[in-house]
Amino acid sequence: MSTLSIKRISATASPAPGIRSTPEYAKLVDISSCIGCKGCEVACKEWNDLKVEPTANFGSYQSHKDLSAHTWLLMRFDEVEMSGRVQWLIKKDACLHCEDPGCLSACPAPGAIVQYENGIVDINHEHCIGCQFCVTGCPFDIPRFDKETKKVYKCNMCVDRVEAGLEPACVKTCPTHAISWGSKEDMLSLAEHKVDLLKDRGFENPVTYNPAGVGGTHMMYVVPHGNHLADYRLPANPTASPLPLTGLGVLKRIGAYLLGVGVLSSLVHYLTIGPQAAEDLHPHDH
Amino acid sequence: MDVSRRSFLKASAGSGLILSALGFDLRPAYAAVRQLKIRNAREYRTVCPYCAVGCGTIAYVHGSGGLNTTPTVIHVEGDPDNPINGGTLCPKGASQMQLAISPRLRKSPMFRDARSSEWREISWDDAMNWFARKFKEARDASFVERDEAGRTVNRCEGLAWVGSATVNNEDAYLITKTMRAMGLVYIDHQARI
Amino acid sequence: MTNHWKDIKNADVVLVMGANPAENHPCGFKWALEARNTRRAQLVTIDPRFTRTSAVADEHLQIRPGSDIALLGGLVRYILTNNLHHADYVRAHTNASFIIGERFSFEDGLFSGFDEATSQYDASTWEYDRAPDGYVRRDVTLEHPRSVFQLLKQHYDRYTPERVAQITGCSEEDFLRIAKIVCSTGTADRVGTIMYAVGWTMHTVGTQIIRTAAIVQLLLGNIGRPGGGINALRGHANVQGATDHAIVAGILPGYLRVPQPSQTSLASHLEASTPQPLVRDTANYWGNYPKFFVSQLKAWFGDRAQPDNEFGYHYLGKMEEDATWLSIWDQAHQGKLEGFIALGFNSLLAGPNVSRLLEAMAKLKWKVVIDPFMMDSAEFWKAPGMKPSEIDTEVLYLPTTHWIERDGSFTNSGRWAQWKEKAIDAPIGVRSDTWILSELFWRVKELYIAEGGAYDEPIQSLTWNYLNPREPTMTELAQEINGSDLTSGRRLSSFGELKEDGSTASGNWLYSGSYPEAGNQMARRATEDPTGLGMHHGWAWSWPLNRRVLYNRASADQDGAPWDGTRSGIAWNGREWIGDVPDYGRTTPPGAMGAFIMTEEGVARLFSPLLKDGPIPEHYEPVESPTVNVLHERVPINPVLRWYDGIRETLAQENDRHAYPYPCTIYRVVEREHFVTSNVPYLVEAMPDFFVEVPEGLAAEKGIENGGQVRVWSRRGEVQGTAIVTKRIGPLTVNGRTVWTIGVPVHWGFVGITQGSMANELTPFIGDANTGCPEFKAFLVNVEAVEKRG
Repeated sequence: MSTLSIKRISATASPAPGIRSTPEYAKLVDISSCIGCKGCEVACKEWNDLKVEPTANFGSYQSHKDLSAHTWLLMRFDEVEMSGRVQWLIKKDACLHCEDPGCLSACPAPGAIVQYENGIVDINHEHCIGCQFCVTGCPFDIPRFDKETKKVYKCNMCVDRVEAGLEPACVKTCPTHAISWGSKEDMLSLAEHKVDLLKDRGFENPVTYNPAGVGGTHMMYVVPHGNHLADYRLPANPTASPLPLTGLGVLKRIGAYLLGVGVLSSLVHYLTIGPQAAEDLHPHDH
Repeated sequence: MDVSRRSFLKASAGSGLILSALGFDLRPAYAAVRQLKIRNAREYRTVCPYCAVGCGTIAYVHGSGGLNTTPTVIHVEGDPDNPINGGTLCPKGASQMQLAISPRLRKSPMFRDARSSEWREISWDDAMNWFARKFKEARDASFVERDEAGRTVNRCEGLAWVGSATVNNEDAYLITKTMRAMGLVYIDHQARI
Repeated sequence: MTNHWKDIKNADVVLVMGANPAENHPCGFKWALEARNTRRAQLVTIDPRFTRTSAVADEHLQIRPGSDIALLGGLVRYILTNNLHHADYVRAHTNASFIIGERFSFEDGLFSGFDEATSQYDASTWEYDRAPDGYVRRDVTLEHPRSVFQLLKQHYDRYTPERVAQITGCSEEDFLRIAKIVCSTGTADRVGTIMYAVGWTMHTVGTQIIRTAAIVQLLLGNIGRPGGGINALRGHANVQGATDHAIVAGILPGYLRVPQPSQTSLASHLEASTPQPLVRDTANYWGNYPKFFVSQLKAWFGDRAQPDNEFGYHYLGKMEEDATWLSIWDQAHQGKLEGFIALGFNSLLAGPNVSRLLEAMAKLKWKVVIDPFMMDSAEFWKAPGMKPSEIDTEVLYLPTTHWIERDGSFTNSGRWAQWKEKAIDAPIGVRSDTWILSELFWRVKELYIAEGGAYDEPIQSLTWNYLNPREPTMTELAQEINGSDLTSGRRLSSFGELKEDGSTASGNWLYSGSYPEAGNQMARRATEDPTGLGMHHGWAWSWPLNRRVLYNRASADQDGAPWDGTRSGIAWNGREWIGDVPDYGRTTPPGAMGAFIMTEEGVARLFSPLLKDGPIPEHYEPVESPTVNVLHERVPINPVLRWYDGIRETLAQENDRHAYPYPCTIYRVVEREHFVTSNVPYLVEAMPDFFVEVPEGLAAEKGIENGGQVRVWSRRGEVQGTAIVTKRIGPLTVNGRTVWTIGVPVHWGFVGITQGSMANELTPFIGDANTGCPEFKAFLVNVEAVEKRG
């Protein structure tokens, strides 16, 4: 059985003993080198054995209108005009694996969402109660609820591959090396290099997308036109909203999924105290 | 509600006791992650069947080949050693596994009779006998030994062979060798179109 | 490809035209982006659509489908009028200095030698001017008015930026901006490459488009150099290998020629097929043709190939007439074909003009389809509109093995032959291609032994020396292809060892050296790259002789010094050539012979008397065009096209232009590979439906909504599907009129996980004058919004 050390864990209070030190990984998506071939989208489905969904062309090269419980990675295609020239904006949409994951903070089910030491935010479906708080908690609108299994799904950064020393399936397959993989530190410096290259090629506002409001992300983008983030469907200032529980409707919904004392207790904890804090499970300096 | 991270920290430090009292399970220090599915697979180095980039691929095969087992492809991904693709694959290459073991692959010869609206199954032996018989009939009927000018041409005009750009070099060679020896001249493949 | 995939990283300018590699060759395209990202190479696309390749390019220029020669001719003029050519290269390595005979002329769209009655040229009027010694006269100053260089200047003088804009529909300013980039590599320290594909070949002037590009690259001195070349991006996994091994009309393995009836003896065939040197200093390598040809006959007919029967020369069928794809279907349409065998080939969806193909198929007595999957062409009798009860054709479908169930080699677009391992056994009930072919051979042979019949001596004489004659192994065949010395039995290490006296055998001279005594070179897996240029001589094997860049002698100057020392193809060190496997004698000193050893000129041809439709490329309109030919109205289209009976009537006529106002072009998408991927669920999911790309402005005019249904029709048929209304195709101003372009993908049919319209319902049954490759890329249609079909 493979294991990974945990950095943080949902709705669970006591800290984990951080005895192993793991590098913090990150993916870097260079939009200026992405050809929108969907190699990553299909490799993601194949590696993760995700179900084939019926799709229909809706007037786009895009396969699905939206992410789903069975499609964790979606290439989005948008045509825009910028200073008189047509641009085909193609963006890989998937979990960004935030440093401060809004989904995890929002999750009331103990152990259902974990953030590993390496930065990957994963859903443990054995513990997921399908309350969908994570869906509301995500500032990037990534997790998707599956009505059949009553659980929520999203990209897990191919944690099984990463743990075995392989890069995620989308990274491995990317035909143009538009997706890079390495330590967060290395990816940040690579991003800087790529931004410089774009400036050199005449782009006026290239940026690295690694938003501070969520503590940075473990999937970052190099965006050629950083002044058009909205056109790329990237929120300018995302934050991990600390208490996404709003309205009684949501509370009613989760009632059906309350499965035991453990869950109840954590809910009590959640409602009285608040979501798990970011630093809680941090081992000391590492 | 705006709660700072510091206040969370303080709040949850105090809550540990409450939770333990409620009998909450000890938090796992390590999480079990999904098994790497290719861990025990055998690897075969092959080449992507789609376009002419020639990406190297690794087919991961499960199954010992022993009694009651049939080895099968469980996954295909790029061969990182290959200097052309360096392990990458496009969506077609990345979904090769579904092509390799598709339930849509046919396992029996089929025959369509004249004016029929249905296929019927046919054995390999019957199929090849029919094929050879028809081939010879058409060759005999359309073979031209000498043209109108009396020159030796030795060609078969009533048969055409097309394809394929998807076969091995070795099979491509054998096709040409055999069909040219049979006298065929209408020979072509996808390179033309 | 003259070069190979990884070599593209060495370029300073990458021109993508007539291709869409991000879509169709994504993993090879990485090397263009590598050049962009590491060398700051400029990446330019010229295409009727802004493609996924354009999305990452530095520049994109939209042109009208079928106007490529006008654009490229404009580049030739731009180079010559601005003196941007690589003068030393042009003088040393091309036929720029050759003098053309006085009979050559070009007037009003026609070259000299045109015969109105046959619509063919007499190419003898294009011949070089010969000195009394028989060799071609040259003028190294390039000033002679009939030198190739001056004729080229004169010919393309008409291709002004204004004319280019008028024909292609782009603006003069945009053309000049692109021309400046593309023509910036005519110096020793810069190199540019061109990536093209079927966007060029699939035209009635396809061969001439590629010739124009070759002229551009030769003038800029880019052929033979790392980072340069003219690179055909080929479609299928082994389309290169199947071409090399000649599952092709008119040729035999290794590009030897199918004998013609007029060649009544082996000697006359060899004489007609072996070129004579046109200059004193040429290797004229095709002079070895007799060695290759006789060795092939020995491989095929063994001991039955002897000098007294001309090595079995008359065992081969002889044919003068065209036998290519369109001619095959024309024969079938005339009811002259009895049997049709298609292996791994969805011949119905491949087109063109699906309804004509259906008529032709229904006239066959029988058809055999061999493929791992059931497919449209096997079920043509079930196609929409067909009545099975009226179709007499018997059809046999045989399920065959997959690539992954066989070992053997594929040759990629860059000429690298790579050996595959077999991963799994074929399922019970499935047979290999080799088994089916062998079984057919043996059963036919046995029928002839038992019953006699038409001249079966070649069949009885064919060598079949395989351990299991009912299913030879890939290794046995690879060794037969490589060839051996028949006296010693030793496998050859090079085609340099082949002889014409019958003492050597080689199935395909071009692959000689791929499986020598040292073992299977195609299976090599060494990853080192001492050149640093991505040549990887220890990985697999590249024809010919493991050479990675063709014509690499031209990567160095007359003295053998590389034009650019940082990107050295080969270099002369005083004793031998070092670097890539030289396309020259390894120890032949630089000045001893011309750099292009395969030509009888010893140099590359800017002017070529070998094509059917002219020695210098000229712009002709597609057979269906929205405009007159502004260069010569009286000769609007390629004058030497082959017109099959009944085809003119299937084209939009000149007075029909209002009924079919829009140029249309057909293409692939990355999520699909022709038709086989309609069996792959993830790919069907990724690109589910047939669609039509409609420019935004036209959609507004026609009331077409994004995602709505549209019908597109040509004179030959119609398709219907979802509209993708796009900004990526703009309006063009062609000869003063606004022209909109429609785009249609090719991947759908009536068999598969999802069904959709067949794009080739629309396409015309007409082909390139030289290759017969059908015109899939430029024809006329109309379009309208419709309700979705029930």
